[in-house]
Amino acid sequence: MHNVLLTNYVFPNDMHVHWSMMIALYPYITGIVAGAFIISSLYHVFGIESLKPISRFSLIFALAFLICATLPLLLHLGHPERNLYMFITPNPSSAMAGFGYIYATYGVVLFLEILLIYRPVLTRLQANTKGLIKLIYTVLTLGSDNLSPRALAMDNKLISFLASVGIPMACVLHGYVGFIFGGVKAHPTWSTPLMPVIFLLSACVSGIAGIILTYVLIKTIKGKYIDMDCLRTCVKYLAGFIIIDFVFEMLEMFSHYYLKTQNHHMVAKLWSDSLFNTFWIGQVFLFSVIPIFLLGCLAFFKIKDNLYKFFAGFISLLLLLQVAFMRWNVVIGGQLLSKSSRGFTVYHPDMFGREGIFVAILVLCAPLLVLFILGKIFPFWIEPENKPI
Amino acid sequence: MKKKNQTPDLKRRAFMEKILKGTIAGSVFLVIPAGPLICKIPEQIKGIRGNKYEMTSKKFAFIVDITSCIGCGSCCVADKREYNVPDHNYRTWVERYIKDYDDKVYVDSPNGALDGYHGPRKDIKKPIRDTFFVPKLCNMCKEPSCVQVCPVGATFKTPDGFVLIDKKHCVGCGYCIQACPYSARFLNPETNSADKCTWCYHRVRKGLVPACVNACPTGARQFGDLNDKNSNVFKKLNGPGVISVLKKEMGNQPALYYQGLRREVI
Repeated sequence: MHNVLLTNYVFPNDMHVHWSMMIALYPYITGIVAGAFIISSLYHVFGIESLKPISRFSLIFALAFLICATLPLLLHLGHPERNLYMFITPNPSSAMAGFGYIYATYGVVLFLEILLIYRPVLTRLQANTKGLIKLIYTVLTLGSDNLSPRALAMDNKLISFLASVGIPMACVLHGYVGFIFGGVKAHPTWSTPLMPVIFLLSACVSGIAGIILTYVLIKTIKGKYIDMDCLRTCVKYLAGFIIIDFVFEMLEMFSHYYLKTQNHHMVAKLWSDSLFNTFWIGQVFLFSVIPIFLLGCLAFFKIKDNLYKFFAGFISLLLLLQVAFMRWNVVIGGQLLSKSSRGFTVYHPDMFGREGIFVAILVLCAPLLVLFILGKIFPFWIEPENKPI
Repeated sequence: MKKKNQTPDLKRRAFMEKILKGTIAGSVFLVIPAGPLICKIPEQIKGIRGNKYEMTSKKFAFIVDITSCIGCGSCCVADKREYNVPDHNYRTWVERYIKDYDDKVYVDSPNGALDGYHGPRKDIKKPIRDTFFVPKLCNMCKEPSCVQVCPVGATFKTPDGFVLIDKKHCVGCGYCIQACPYSARFLNPETNSADKCTWCYHRVRKGLVPACVNACPTGARQFGDLNDKNSNVFKKLNGPGVISVLKKEMGNQPALYYQGLRREVI
């Protein structure tokens, strides 16, 4: 607009980055929930049989992350003790007010689906265990041991219904998170209708990548059989989602450059200066272009199973980082540009504070710990594990 | 010759500094009694004291005349004293705009102008064509983004047009801070709730103008009821002067108006 804009004046209240790393972690974790649920639904609703071996694991994986999704929010709130006000006095005009209801309803749907899918397994385990663990299984089966064909047929109907309802709910859960940012007109890098779409697609990428990485890691560490058909199908879906996701991310960036809207000089400068390493080097080159190239290699060349497993895990790791960098660039990056449109602030995360780096690492580890505990109650895998590796 | 020229300059500067310090001290003195003695101060907004307060009958407006602001910072000091605003957070601040002959604009607001602008910026080597000051505060939007996004309804709009915060209900999520196009909000580190300028609602309800308006030595800050046709704000808004609002394209419809607003101001 003017060459006059570039004199680095930041509004006094914009010096501090109000939404910290915790708010970058929150969409990261809910995204993994939504993506993992999609994998499960591909089998339970759309009948993609090759995904059967991980259909249960992906649900437990989603639950583990869902249980921890509120952690970063509670750590961020100025008054975490008032969090239930979101339920009690919701403001209908606020996108954020929907959080409590969407989160709770989705949690109920996911948990019910897990209980029904696992009912035969849990009933069997209830009969064969003792002590506290038996009590847990009794509670989880609601004391019912009815495994008659009629009861199981009823279960299947309910499972199909819950999984079908779960898909739009997972989309709403994460699309809504994107809208939280996309609906802020005061931030030029957030305010785009593409934001919910990008968040949803990146959610699918991180969820599927998370499933692939943990599947390959757990099976490899335990020396157990990896279903190659299942793995290859997952990788194909991962490739599809990252390509569409990356296209939308680049479309959003390109629109700023091409449309030359009001703040485009500042947005361009944000990406080329403050976010050069995390956006261009990290999100775009290292963690998008390279994994898409590798995914192309996996698709077009015949690759031995062992090498395929390695690359599937490696690409998944890169794509998990891609989504983490994307969250950082959107949440933290968007706030670096002052609403004065004349300057940038700098984000200095604490090391040991309530919203610091150390706590962020703990928050990221928490779902894995929950997954480990859930794994002691819900067996992850369906297929017999005595096949050769 | 040089010496002769310097002496009056220095004297003038010293004189100006004394005037500014006096203004700040004076404004602080005026603000300190605002507490239990608030009702003893003569009424500044007519028709409020002694009458039943009809919220819907008032339409308050705030006008900042940037052609009158001298950047003394009295308003900021008055505001900080009125509310004990924690350091590095600002309910109001004053920006200094400097323009050179290449149309390059330099903006700053060191410490939100709490110390006033006593001297020229030393980092600008080019000849300066123009300079002016722009006070900023809550825009009390008619379509406030902060009220729209607050998830728990802790930020609300009163029938008489004030956007206020119930700090005992605020969860401290910071969504309103992100949504405000004017960066008028901050998270108060002492209450852990969102905070911002209220146009001194507690004073207005007692017939007094906001503390910053009271402290302004040049009348650059004006406040009043637009339904009162004798008020200064009514006359200014309906007069021939150039009056505009900040970030009109945001669609928030501020009730904070700027007289003589320049295109450089964002």
